[in-house]
Amino acid sequence: MTLVDTTGSTTGTVRGTRLSRRFLQHRLAVASAGIIVVLALLSLAAPAVEWLLGTSAATTNLFDRTAAPSWQHPLGTDEIGRDLLLRLLYGGRVSLAAGLVAAIASAVIGTFIGLLAGFYGGRLDALLMRFTDGVIALPLLPLLIVLAAIDLNKLGLPPSIAQSENVSLYRIILIIALVGWTTVARLVRVEALSMRSREFVLAAVAQGSGSARIMWVHILPNIVSPIIVATTLSIGNIVLFESVLSFLGLGIQPPLPSWGNMLTNAQEVIWSSPQLAIWPGLMIFITVIAFNFLGDGLQDAMDPRAID
Amino acid sequence: MLRFVSGRLIESLIVLLALSFIIYWLMGLMPGDPIDIMIASDPNLTAADAQRLKALYGLDQPIFERYLNWIGSALEGNFGYSRLHTRPVMEVVGARLPNTVLLLGLSLVLALAIAVPVGIYAALKPYSQLDYIINLTCFAGISVPPFWLALLLIILFAVTLGWLPAGGMGHVVAGSSGAFGARLEHLILPTATLTLLTVGGFTRFMRASMLQTLRQDFIRTARAKGVSLSRMVAAHALRNALLPLVTVVALSFGAMFSGALITETMFSWLGMGKMIYDSILGNDYNLALVGLMFATGLTLLGNFLADVAYVWLDPRITFVSLEQRR
Repeated sequence: MTLVDTTGSTTGTVRGTRLSRRFLQHRLAVASAGIIVVLALLSLAAPAVEWLLGTSAATTNLFDRTAAPSWQHPLGTDEIGRDLLLRLLYGGRVSLAAGLVAAIASAVIGTFIGLLAGFYGGRLDALLMRFTDGVIALPLLPLLIVLAAIDLNKLGLPPSIAQSENVSLYRIILIIALVGWTTVARLVRVEALSMRSREFVLAAVAQGSGSARIMWVHILPNIVSPIIVATTLSIGNIVLFESVLSFLGLGIQPPLPSWGNMLTNAQEVIWSSPQLAIWPGLMIFITVIAFNFLGDGLQDAMDPRAID
Repeated sequence: MLRFVSGRLIESLIVLLALSFIIYWLMGLMPGDPIDIMIASDPNLTAADAQRLKALYGLDQPIFERYLNWIGSALEGNFGYSRLHTRPVMEVVGARLPNTVLLLGLSLVLALAIAVPVGIYAALKPYSQLDYIINLTCFAGISVPPFWLALLLIILFAVTLGWLPAGGMGHVVAGSSGAFGARLEHLILPTATLTLLTVGGFTRFMRASMLQTLRQDFIRTARAKGVSLSRMVAAHALRNALLPLVTVVALSFGAMFSGALITETMFSWLGMGKMIYDSILGNDYNLALVGLMFATGLTLLGNFLADVAYVWLDPRITFVSLEQRR
């Protein structure tokens, strides 16, 4: 028993070191991870920055509109005199939170559907995969626009939820998760299919383990790495979709700032103050590219067979 | 072959039918309904009038009945009137479709014209300085927010330099002198945006596909026999490396249309994408339904073409093995 445990942990460590070494070789991915951490910390520190600057993100000043950068306003002010830096930081909170939560929710749904299809196979598999194909065939952006425009009252939701302040944030997370699970589902299905006939799974079946236990204890831990890669790669896309919807006025609703809806206002004053359109877009761009590099690096590290 | 293609086609049509119901149902969940809009625009309508109107248009029936009515008249070619355009839906689509085809087609051709040579070059010199730069640029193209890219191009070429119009092709009078040139001017920025959004993914794929081909035995044999590098690429590797790209291009129809929707909206390019966006926001149900069905059909067509091309272009894959794969 001891012997088995030792070997198990030793190979585990060796695998871990190789993983981290391969990942650290991907310099862009390492830098990206750093950038993401800095962005997240800065967003979390938004109240502290407010205190330092002695103003708040919501304070408007109509005498100080579209001001140039100064000590008071390090990045200047927007079209109604709000501090641009503070708006960016609070917008970052919303955009990053929406991206992370929606990505994790998609991964959970996708894993659930993929496991069921791959483990049980047969009719259930065929049914679930045809359903997945159908969702993939839906035109993503037009569909998201429709979903974002839906009247929640018509779905029978109580007004206390349908009209609460953060409902636009919950709604965008929900609708992105509703259409975003397909990649993970297909991936998990294939992995689960190949796991099902492996000896240790067959041994578990022979010992009388229940299906749920086999999926949870024996299969899932072995297919975590492709799920992590796919989820990381999806965060970038989700941040993009959130920003597009918010920009079109269908995602995060003002006064809650997000990088997308900050650009909606900037577009209206693009002829007089084009500088307002630069920062929010740059933040989205940096975030998305960082998550894409990170996902790419993780993929290289976890899947030696993959050709970049 | 014929059996596979027809089977796949029927499957696509069934999926399209199923999705059409989902889309119809979702449209029913949009705020308001056509009668509410009539009431809002005519204060003399009473509640009893509204009830009668709902009965007249069949809006008091359950959703499935309404769907059957809609699909029935749609199959007869009657898609109703557009509220925003006050014209039959099909007339609006007929005016918008050529613009989208032009924008999408041109961007696709340009993206491929850039992606194929650049991807091949990167694959021939993997891990070189230039390959690194190409890879970075591709990632930038994949990661840039589409509407922000459009805004940047507007700031640079319309606001700062004043070279190109920021949008508004609707103001060009058809048939007037210089109308063609003016239309061309309005086409440049949207095409550039959509091309930049698409080219990164294609280039990365072309590079990966070429790298994989170059590692194969028949390439090594050709090199050993003394075939020159350029001839090896042109005569031996290119065909094989292009095969998977065809599939990827077909599969990207849906994503390209999403990009076109944003691009058209940003530059007021009067195509299908802007039509869908305006009709959803303007409660133009008939038009939105047809627009969404078009977008769904386009995505399904891409998937269908990808499957057929996959088998048709590569003799090593049989239809039987594909059936087993599915």
